[in-house]
Amino acid sequence: MKRFNIKSLLFIAILLAASFNKLYSAGGETEPLKVDWSFKGITGKFDRASLQRGFQVYKEVCSSCHSMQYLSYRNLGEPGGPEFSKQEVKAIAASVEITDGPNDQGEMFTRPGRPADKFKNPYPNVKASIAANGGAYPPDMSVLVKARPGGSNYIYSVLVGYEDPPEGITLDDGVYYNKYMIGNKIKMSSPLSDDIVEYSDGTQATVDQMAKDVTTFLSWAAEPELEERHRTGVKVIIYLVLLTTLVYLSMKKIWSRVDTEV
Amino acid sequence: MSDQEYIPKSKAGKWFNDRLPLLTLGAHLTDYPTPKNLNYWWTFGGILTFCLLTQIITGIVLAMHYVAHADLAFASVEHIMRDVNYGWLIRYIHSNGASMFFLAVYIHIFRSLFYGSYKSPREVIWIIGLLIYLLMMAAAFMGYVLPWGQMSFWGATVITNLFSAIPLVGDSITTWLWGAYSVDNPTLNRFFSLHYLIPFLILGLVVLHIWALHVPGNNNPVGIDIKKPSKDTVPFHPYITIKDAFALLMFMIIFAGFVFFSPNVLGHSDNYIPANPLVTPAHIVPEWYLLPFYAILRSVPDKLGGVILMFGAIFILFVLPWLDTSKVRSAVFRPIYRQFYWIFVLDVLMLGYMGAMPAEGIYLVLARVGTIYYFAHFIIVMPVVGLLEKTDPIPMSISEPVLTGGADPALARKDNEKI
Repeated sequence: MKRFNIKSLLFIAILLAASFNKLYSAGGETEPLKVDWSFKGITGKFDRASLQRGFQVYKEVCSSCHSMQYLSYRNLGEPGGPEFSKQEVKAIAASVEITDGPNDQGEMFTRPGRPADKFKNPYPNVKASIAANGGAYPPDMSVLVKARPGGSNYIYSVLVGYEDPPEGITLDDGVYYNKYMIGNKIKMSSPLSDDIVEYSDGTQATVDQMAKDVTTFLSWAAEPELEERHRTGVKVIIYLVLLTTLVYLSMKKIWSRVDTEV
Repeated sequence: MSDQEYIPKSKAGKWFNDRLPLLTLGAHLTDYPTPKNLNYWWTFGGILTFCLLTQIITGIVLAMHYVAHADLAFASVEHIMRDVNYGWLIRYIHSNGASMFFLAVYIHIFRSLFYGSYKSPREVIWIIGLLIYLLMMAAAFMGYVLPWGQMSFWGATVITNLFSAIPLVGDSITTWLWGAYSVDNPTLNRFFSLHYLIPFLILGLVVLHIWALHVPGNNNPVGIDIKKPSKDTVPFHPYITIKDAFALLMFMIIFAGFVFFSPNVLGHSDNYIPANPLVTPAHIVPEWYLLPFYAILRSVPDKLGGVILMFGAIFILFVLPWLDTSKVRSAVFRPIYRQFYWIFVLDVLMLGYMGAMPAEGIYLVLARVGTIYYFAHFIIVMPVVGLLEKTDPIPMSISEPVLTGGADPALARKDNEKI
C-alpha cells in the first residue's frame, strides 16, 4: 500500500511541476492574450486571406525596419503560404531594387528583384539598423514567432499591448510602455493604427485585425512547413496505429504458444 | 551459454562460415534464450538501438547541408528548414530524437536500478552502459551548440567554463578547449567534428554492451538466475523481436507526435535567436535531460565544489554494483528498498525541476536538499538497507511463482545465497 502512496505522490509532483512552469517567467508583464488561431491543432491550416493581408501589413509597415532575410519572394507563391499567383509573386519581387554583381566590368549594379531573391534587407547591416533605431536592433522576423516564449499569442499581444505607463513609471525618450512585452519597455513605438493600410479585399483595417493578420503571416514565415507537417503527421500517425495493431495481433498469436501473458 | 554448434545448410554458407562465423552469430542472436517474463520495461534496449540509428542516419543527412561556421551555421539551419527537401522533417526528427533518446535511456537506467540489473554478474554491462550515457551527454551537448543560437552559445560558454574551476591549469584547459579566448568559431568547428565522431564510439560500445549482456544473459523482473535454455526462457526470435517491435511502434507514435505536432516544445525559444556574445539570455538553461545535473552544479556555492559534485553524481553510478549490499536483485522482493527507490525517482525529478528554475530562494534550498539526498541514496541508503532489510521470499524459478505455490522460506533463503 505504501508503494502506491509514493507513486501517487510522484504523480502529484509531476502535475505540480507542470503547473508551476506557467508561473515562472512572470515579471511585471501580463500573460499574453490567447487567440484561437486557425493554424493551431493537429489539422491547423493558415487562413490564406489573412496571410495575404498580413504580408501587406509586413510590406507596408514592418519591412521599413525589420528584415526577413531567410525568406525568398518565391516562398510567397508556394503551397501552404499566402499562395500569391505566379504573376503576383513576380510583381512583388520586381518592386524592389536588388544590388547584384560584380558584373564583367567588376562593378556592382542594381536590378529589379526576381522570385528567387531573398527578401531585401531595409538596412545594409545590423549596425546600420541599430543606429537608425535609437540603439535598438529591430530583430529579423524570419523566425521571430519561434524565438519568443508564447509564440504567435505573444507577438499579437505586443502589437495590441501599447498603453500609457502606470503611475510611478517614467520612460526615457524613445521608450514605450507595453503591458505584454517582456520587461514592459519597448523601443518600437506602436507600429499599427487604424487604417494605416488599405486592404484590397475590403476588410476593415483595425489595429486588432492587422495585428492578427501580420501575426498569421509571421507564424507562416517562421514555420512555412506547418501545413505539410500537419498533413504528413496525421498520415504517419494513422499508418503507425494500423501497423501497431497488426504487430500487436501477431505478437498475441506468437505468444499464445507459451504460457506467459504479454 | 548453451549454443549448439551451428552448421549452415548450404555448401557456400558452410564455406563462408568456416572463414568468418557470421552465420553462427546470426543463429546465436536468433536462438538466444531470453527469460519469458520480461515486461515492457525491457523493450527499451531495442528502442535505444533504434534511437541511435535514427540519430546517425538523420545526422549524416543534416551534415550534408549544415555549415559549421559561426557566421553561417544559423543560416544553414534555416536553409535546411526551408530549402532542403524534407529538411524540416529530418531536422525535427534529429532534434526531437535527442530528447526521445534520453527519455528512453532514463527509463532503461531506472529499470536497471529497480530490478538490480547492475548487480553481479552484470557489472560490466552496467559500466559500459554508463560510458554510453556519458558519451550521449557529450554528443547531445555539442549537438545543441551547432545551430549557433543564443542557448547554443551561452550553454557552451557555461559548460566549457566549468573546466576553468580546475586549480592552476583550469584557464589554460578552457582556452585549449575553446581553441580561442572565448567560445568562437574554432569551438563550433571542433564541436561539429566531435559531434560526428561520438555516435560511432557509442555504436561500438553498444556492440560491447550487447556482447557483455549475452554472456550472463538477461536479468528479469524476478531477478533470479535461470537455466538457459529451459521452460523459463523463449528464443529471442520471434518472441522478443515481435514484442520489441510492438513496443518500438508505440514509442514511435509518441515520437511522431512531437515531430509533427509540437516539434519545438522540448527546445528553448532563445535558440531561434542567432548567437550574440554581447547579449546574455535572462536564464541560461540546458536541455531538459541535463537539468538534474545542472541543479546539482548550482546547488554548491563553490564553483570547483559544484563541478566535482556534478561529475560525482554520474561517477558514483560506476561503483553502484559495490555500494548495493543486498543479495536480492529485484526490488519486487525488497519492501524497504522499494520505498527508497521511488523517493529517489522523486528526488531526481525534483532536481530536474530545480535545474530549470533560477538558483535562488526556495529553489536553491530544495536543490540543495535534493543534492544531499541524491548522494545519501547511494552512500547511505543502498549499503545500509541492503544489510538490514528482510527481503520477501523469492521463487525458485519463473515458472513457479512464489505467490501461488505457497512460499517455502527455506528454499527462498537458499536461493538468496546463490545470488
